Amino acid sequence: MALFRKPQYSSMPARPDRPRDIASKCDQCKSILIRQELEKNLRVCPRCGYHFPLTAWQRIQYTLDEGSFCELNAGLEPVNPLGFPGYDDKLARARKDSGLAEAVITGRGLIEGEPAYVGVLAPEFMLGSMGSVVGEKLARMLDEAGAQGVPAIIFSASGGARMQESIFSLFQMAKTSAALARLHRKGVLYISVLTHPTTGGVTASFAMLGDINIGESGALIGFAGPRVIQQTIGQTLPAGFQRAEFLLEHGMLDMVVERKELRPVLARLLRLHRGGER
Amino acid sequence: MADFEEQLARLQDKIRDLQAFAREQGLDLRREILALEQKAAELRARMYASLSPWQKVQLARDVRRPTTLDYIDMLFTDFIQLHGDRQYRDDPALVGGIARLEGKPVTVLGHQKGRDTKDNIARNFGMPHPEGYRKALRLMEQAEKFGRPVICFIDTPGAYPGLGAEERGQGEAIARNLRAMAALAVPVLAVVTGEGGSGGALALGVGDALLMLEHAVYSVISPEGCAAILWKDSSRAREAAAALKLTAQDLARLGVADEVIPEPQGGIQKDWQAGARAVKEALVRHLDILSGLSADTLLRRRQRRLAAIGQWREH
Repeated sequence: MALFRKPQYSSMPARPDRPRDIASKCDQCKSILIRQELEKNLRVCPRCGYHFPLTAWQRIQYTLDEGSFCELNAGLEPVNPLGFPGYDDKLARARKDSGLAEAVITGRGLIEGEPAYVGVLAPEFMLGSMGSVVGEKLARMLDEAGAQGVPAIIFSASGGARMQESIFSLFQMAKTSAALARLHRKGVLYISVLTHPTTGGVTASFAMLGDINIGESGALIGFAGPRVIQQTIGQTLPAGFQRAEFLLEHGMLDMVVERKELRPVLARLLRLHRGGER
Repeated sequence: MADFEEQLARLQDKIRDLQAFAREQGLDLRREILALEQKAAELRARMYASLSPWQKVQLARDVRRPTTLDYIDMLFTDFIQLHGDRQYRDDPALVGGIARLEGKPVTVLGHQKGRDTKDNIARNFGMPHPEGYRKALRLMEQAEKFGRPVICFIDTPGAYPGLGAEERGQGEAIARNLRAMAALAVPVLAVVTGEGGSGGALALGVGDALLMLEHAVYSVISPEGCAAILWKDSSRAREAAAALKLTAQDLARLGVADEVIPEPQGGIQKDWQAGARAVKEALVRHLDILSGLSADTLLRRRQRRLAAIGQWREH
């Protein structure tokens, strides 16, 4: 047995300080990338094209015209409506780690000069899961877009509904979809951008309801998570299953767009829907 | 059978044994038997009035409860089943059609579980594929065209998580139903009769009122799934069931369910007809109110109702 014991490196010196603020390692091709170059490339690996996940504020920074973003409803904060054990602590930790009050930022801004209401889910806050606050902020933003006749864009990145708010989080799917029904009737454009990962109740509500559905390259998009499916069917999933490219092929997306193309594509779509035509 | 019901079953066995013994031996044990029967009745009343959330989950999943087609049979007349989504295939896990409720035409939809293992395999345990939800949408739009109210029976573990379901857009199919139901210009009533399993349940559950049977449950994830994610241990489902606040009584308290329909003692599986009468009474009462509203009022009311769900702090 002793032959196979895992060696213990308790006396090994700690890993030499790899300056995190200077270099990053690509999760896909493992290349070491200079942070500054990575940022300039919108956090896409210049070697293999891997899209690093973005925080909500990074997404806003990369998508909207500089200084144009004006946040809405920043004062909405989550409560623990079911008294779910451990939820208060989880929220406190998420707030501390992400610096955000909740898993979505909503507001209004410009993309190449074109006005739009923009909602961005924050994967850094409890995996971007949708509870009461996420549903409410998105619904308010969509209603405001409808009232102003200005297009709405939602960037999804979410594990789905938030378990800890059970029935309330489930019904946020209905709330956001109902808000989209109102926007639909007003004839206002809604673009859904599905980024990595978009699953569960977010996929099964506003993320799939865009007049135009755009998938970011390589994003995992699905209703059930791959692990659940694998357990259900008892076989390995085919390569590329539930990736944006797979969804495009199966008719669920209008297009798959690389991150650096996203801003110009959105701007073109906004210009094509500019007011006055209706 | 749920484990708490076994205790009761043992007591009933004992009563039967005692009766047989009295007959064989020619003894008069009526007093003893009566005492035991009283004890059983008390136990039953006490148990069903104070079921734990996990016991409710077991009861809600009991295969002896009526399925959607059973409710249709008991509550409606003149039912004509309609099939298919016109795009891919007919999904046997979700049934629907036209029927009369107290003489008035309505569209009826519901998840369909099987009554035994073989039937359940054919029905995919009441877990629809996208084509099931698309059939439901087709029939709802048809109902709107002809001004018929829509009644949905909800009883599913959830939408099916499989390869084909994903390829054909499970998420899109559910999402489209949510948006369409929020704007459907006829009354929409949803009744959770057993298991309300997440988005797969909600895809038939956006309407003007949500009714729940006394022992029905409704949550965003199954207690087993919740325990597996939260504590990496699906055997802690009992705890998760309590944490999820998933009983009809919880949902009524939280303002999500509009009414809890009482079941016969021991649950509707003990007396289908009595249970069905209560369901019918509630449906007719709600439809009477909703049918009197103009389409505008109906939709404004529905949108307000959906917009109000959730809790947060604002400053």
